[in-house]
Amino acid sequence: MANVKRSPWLLHYDGSSCNGCDIEVLACMTPVYDAERLGVENTGDPMQADILLITGGINAQAEPVVKQIYDQMPRPKVVVAVGICACTGGVFKDAYNIKGGADTVVPVDIYVPGCAARPQSIIDGIIQARELFQKRSEEHDAMVKAGLTYEQYKKMKDEEEAKKVAAAKAEEDRREEENNG
Amino acid sequence: MDFSIRIIIAICFIVLAPFLGGLLEGCDRKISARMQRRIGPPILQPFYDVTKLFKKQYVVVNRSVHFLLVSYMALMVLTGAMLFGGTDLLMCFFVLSTAATFLYFAASVTNSPYTTIGAQRELIQMMTYEPAVLLTAVGFYVAIGSFRAADIVNSNYSLIVKMPGFFFAFVFIMTIKMRKAPFDLSTSHHAHQELVKGITTEMSGKNLGIFNITEWYENIFLLGVVALFILNRNPWSILAAVIVDLVVYFIEILIGNSNARMKWETMLKMTWIVTLLSAGVNLLVLMVIK
Ligand code: SF4
Repeated sequence: MANVKRSPWLLHYDGSSCNGCDIEVLACMTPVYDAERLGVENTGDPMQADILLITGGINAQAEPVVKQIYDQMPRPKVVVAVGICACTGGVFKDAYNIKGGADTVVPVDIYVPGCAARPQSIIDGIIQARELFQKRSEEHDAMVKAGLTYEQYKKMKDEEEAKKVAAAKAEEDRREEENNG
Repeated sequence: MDFSIRIIIAICFIVLAPFLGGLLEGCDRKISARMQRRIGPPILQPFYDVTKLFKKQYVVVNRSVHFLLVSYMALMVLTGAMLFGGTDLLMCFFVLSTAATFLYFAASVTNSPYTTIGAQRELIQMMTYEPAVLLTAVGFYVAIGSFRAADIVNSNYSLIVKMPGFFFAFVFIMTIKMRKAPFDLSTSHHAHQELVKGITTEMSGKNLGIFNITEWYENIFLLGVVALFILNRNPWSILAAVIVDLVVYFIEILIGNSNARMKWETMLKMTWIVTLLSAGVNLLVLMVIK
């Protein structure tokens, strides 16, 4: 199994941040923190990216852009929200133009807290993201091997999940009955 | 040189060049990182990147891109195999230009504004380095009376003695060919240039992987041409050629790390002046002393 986690390429998108978090994301690339030693490359191109870093809350203008960028990224992909604004909306949460965190538009996998998020925690977020990326890539491989489309595969996974939940529930019911009886 | 030996060398090129090229790029990234006082990625990073690219979902804007890129790669492999097989140098350079044209088409069929501008810049780059490349072939012909690489490596002494000007001009245009900093107009290895990723913006997944592997082939081909200046009848010249290759590669890395991108006008002017002054004057001298 190839180790894809050694090559996570980033795409950084600035939703409506105050630029505090953006500077910190860039700081990760500088000699002091040097995220490139993990194989990270800041591509700036959605079609080549694996991990989407979003900073700042999502406003009405940024919403379609984030959606489009997310759709343009080839699977497997991971989304990381950097900074409190991207996680929940932060200090701007109640502003009339802000929808909230990045998860109001795209499914966010990893939340990096902080205002501004420190480079150390951003790199930690990237490391967690690449583990997830590896996992998704393995799933993607299995899907390609089985010759399924993403929709079919997702449906299958959902069904499996539902079955598991149902089985667990049945098991629980049985136990309860035993205890009662 | 014996025909079968030439075939074997050509096959060796086809099999080994991607590994060597990838390894060189890995060293390149490591050395660049050290120059910037960073730790840098592992040496094998380019291989990790390409493996990942081949495993990603296949997304294309236009289906013909894949075909065009595969043609680009096939022609580049052919160019290198022809050079290492000891055939006509002029023919090699023509096939090389054809390969570059396929890359131009692969970028321009997508109609994306970024790739279109990148592709136009690629054309300008081709126009910029082509005179030096052709002059190099002519120089070899004037110096030794043959275009064939097999005859060139069979000469009695290293041809760099006779053609230092051509050597300088060729190393100069290698900066363009290797997409190093002052001349990385159409695309660069670093992010966030004004054109996103330039000519490769719309390439993703395995298309980008093919592009990367072709770059490795191309770099080895270019280093092969540099080696032609050094190689002669004496087997020790092979060692000398390898050393010169490594030195040239290091100089390219150094240039790449210590310069900012130029405008295309400056690139064109500078390159043509250098070509004319060093290769042109060298050619005149060669013709006079002949
Ligand atoms: S989390 Fe803080 S630093 Fe980051 S974008 Fe929001 S307000 Fe700015």
